[in-house]
Amino acid sequence: MTAIAPDPTGPGRSAAASGPGAAGAGPATTGSPGSRALGIAALAAVALATLYGLALSPADVEMGDLVRLMYVHVPSATACYLGCFITTAASGLWLWKRTPGWDVLAGAGAELGLLFVVITLVTGSLWGRPTWGTYWTWDARLTSTALLAVLLVGYLALRRLDLDPDARSARVPILGLLLMPNVFIVSRSVEWWRSLHQRATITTLHPQIEGDLMVALMTGFLAVTLVFAWLLLHRFRVGWLEYQAQRLDLDQALDARRSEAGAGASRPTGDEEVAK
Amino acid sequence: MWRDAALVAGRDLRIEGRSRVAISQVGPFALLVLVLFAFALDPERGVLERATAGLFWVAVLLSAMLTLGRSAALDEADGVRDGLRLSGLDPGGIFLGKALAVAAQLLALEVVLAAGVIILYDAEPTGIALLVATCLSATAAVAATGTLYGALVSGLRVRETLLPLLVLPALAPVLIGATRAFESALGGVPAEGWPWCGLLAGFAVFYSLAGALAYGALLEGS
Amino acid sequence: MPVVHLSAAVALLGRFPALAGVDLDVARGEIVLLRGPNGAGKTTLLRACAGLVPIVRGEAIVLGQDLRRNPRAVRRRVGLLGHATGLHDDLTVGENVRFWARAAKADDADVQAALGVVGLDGRLREVEVARLSAGQRRRTALACLLARRPELWLLDEPHAGLDADARDTLDSLIAQAAAQGATVILSSHELDRAESLADRAVDLVNGTTSPVAPPAAAPAEPATPVAPVASERPDAPPEPGDTPAGAPEAPAEEAHHVA
Repeated sequence: MTAIAPDPTGPGRSAAASGPGAAGAGPATTGSPGSRALGIAALAAVALATLYGLALSPADVEMGDLVRLMYVHVPSATACYLGCFITTAASGLWLWKRTPGWDVLAGAGAELGLLFVVITLVTGSLWGRPTWGTYWTWDARLTSTALLAVLLVGYLALRRLDLDPDARSARVPILGLLLMPNVFIVSRSVEWWRSLHQRATITTLHPQIEGDLMVALMTGFLAVTLVFAWLLLHRFRVGWLEYQAQRLDLDQALDARRSEAGAGASRPTGDEEVAK
Repeated sequence: MWRDAALVAGRDLRIEGRSRVAISQVGPFALLVLVLFAFALDPERGVLERATAGLFWVAVLLSAMLTLGRSAALDEADGVRDGLRLSGLDPGGIFLGKALAVAAQLLALEVVLAAGVIILYDAEPTGIALLVATCLSATAAVAATGTLYGALVSGLRVRETLLPLLVLPALAPVLIGATRAFESALGGVPAEGWPWCGLLAGFAVFYSLAGALAYGALLEGS
Repeated sequence: MPVVHLSAAVALLGRFPALAGVDLDVARGEIVLLRGPNGAGKTTLLRACAGLVPIVRGEAIVLGQDLRRNPRAVRRRVGLLGHATGLHDDLTVGENVRFWARAAKADDADVQAALGVVGLDGRLREVEVARLSAGQRRRTALACLLARRPELWLLDEPHAGLDADARDTLDSLIAQAAAQGATVILSSHELDRAESLADRAVDLVNGTTSPVAPPAAAPAEPATPVAPVASERPDAPPEPGDTPAGAPEAPAEEAHHVA
């Protein structure tokens, strides 16, 4: 994957270590020279992939023009697995190190995983319709990919709940840690199961690709990877800013509560807020 | 840890026995699912017979959602969670105790469902050893996984809807494995079913370990 | 070595600072009363001493354990009687007390004794908790605490829901426990009864034991720190709680240090 250089002016991952002073100055945008360069590279790669995918590469011998969907479908599937891996790894690191940046990263990874699994399923279905005459079939890959989508939806649903930080800090990362094992076990089981029902008439979603087609596939990989990286970077930064906004609240809340106490000594007790 | 597990399992089962919800509601629900399948799938004998293994395990899973929900609710009662944290009970022991209690209830449920499919779907039990082994390992898998996920959503207002969403995809391999094993036992080649049984056992071990390790942290989050 | 030592302790409930700077020192065998309006943080303070609510800033040492590093270590040694009873509705009184006692590795003799003390060892022992009155449930919860023989008793409004006889029993229990070496911190709105029971009182307002005085108000009198004052005359006005030596601004400054 491309290296993302931590940017001194933006709240990159290295900012996790900086003290409250840096938190005070909130940037107006999550952009930075590094991310802009990445964005341009991603756009260029997408343009290149489009060019190759749609124009420069020939149609496949068996599948015809449908193979062009593969140039998006296959990299998207890989990107989805990458997102899941990031979520699980970041969840584990969050549990280990307790640096909040990991939690933000876990959420970003899962959201991107969901985005790309949907792309995978849609492109797969579009491919399937003309090929098999149906939008869906229960072959191993599609089935386990669909389950993967549900796993991600569940994880994101848990994240979305408004939980106490105590509750969050245990439940969300543990669910995140379980994500990759689940993905692995589910896909293995489904493949084993479907392999019992080999049907010669169903061609696989991953035919042999060579030559010019391979070039097109590679450009697809490149484009998807760069777009993934760019999205991840920005999603992480947005999440990081959200987290820092919450942290600022604590100091303010402490001050407010304590000065309330001083002023409250001369006020009727009815004004105190019910904390219990 | 095992002593704590036995204590907690005893408590969970005693409460279930006292309230009798498992017997009077979950059991009938399971049978009702079998009946609903018969309504939905033309009860012309062919379909139900061929699908018996799968329908059995789907009924088990749906009923397990109820059982697991109740297991999680036991500790949501006012102050019980605090009590557990203060008690000094080993969290891994609490997890295993709860999972054992759920497993016991599910096994009883499976006996009822087995009678149900024999009577309602005209199933013929052959390959008994494989059937029993599958039930034991699949039940252990469901109980361990479900107890862990139950702890993940315990105490949340949305527990009832979130638990199935989280745990059923995770249990998909159990459904696949148990159904294949049952199919092999019920008129197929039993030898083919044993590897699936092995998968279930491995699954159960994985989630038992994961649950025992994670339960402490989950107990702490409010 | 005080049983409880809190210094500028801050505790959060979610993101709300329920304790915003608490100073408290309690010696062994003392009975300390927590006073304060609703919402002051008394419940949170008791739960924090039990190791249930994490302390995020300041110092917190209870029974020799540093609560900031290892809050779980104290739990077995304290007894918390909170608003929630922690009882299982479907189990009987006896089953409840036996479960919680066995969980804490106490034996059946302790269970029997505890039930006897609260007066639930007769017919009521076999009654399901769901069918008890609120006062009886409180007594059951008290029995669960007694069976554990904790070194530190943390009682959150323990008199609430009890009739006069039960309150007297509870008071004598508390006095007896303190005499035998246990330490008791209780909160109560029954100030008359509680102040005669307690050795001293601590005031909690908005999460602090030493509120920040507004500039126009007179600064708090610096009192001698940690001087337990026994109230000898029952109708004497309650003694002010321990205020830390030093300016009222001190806790606010301390809180900004990254502890």
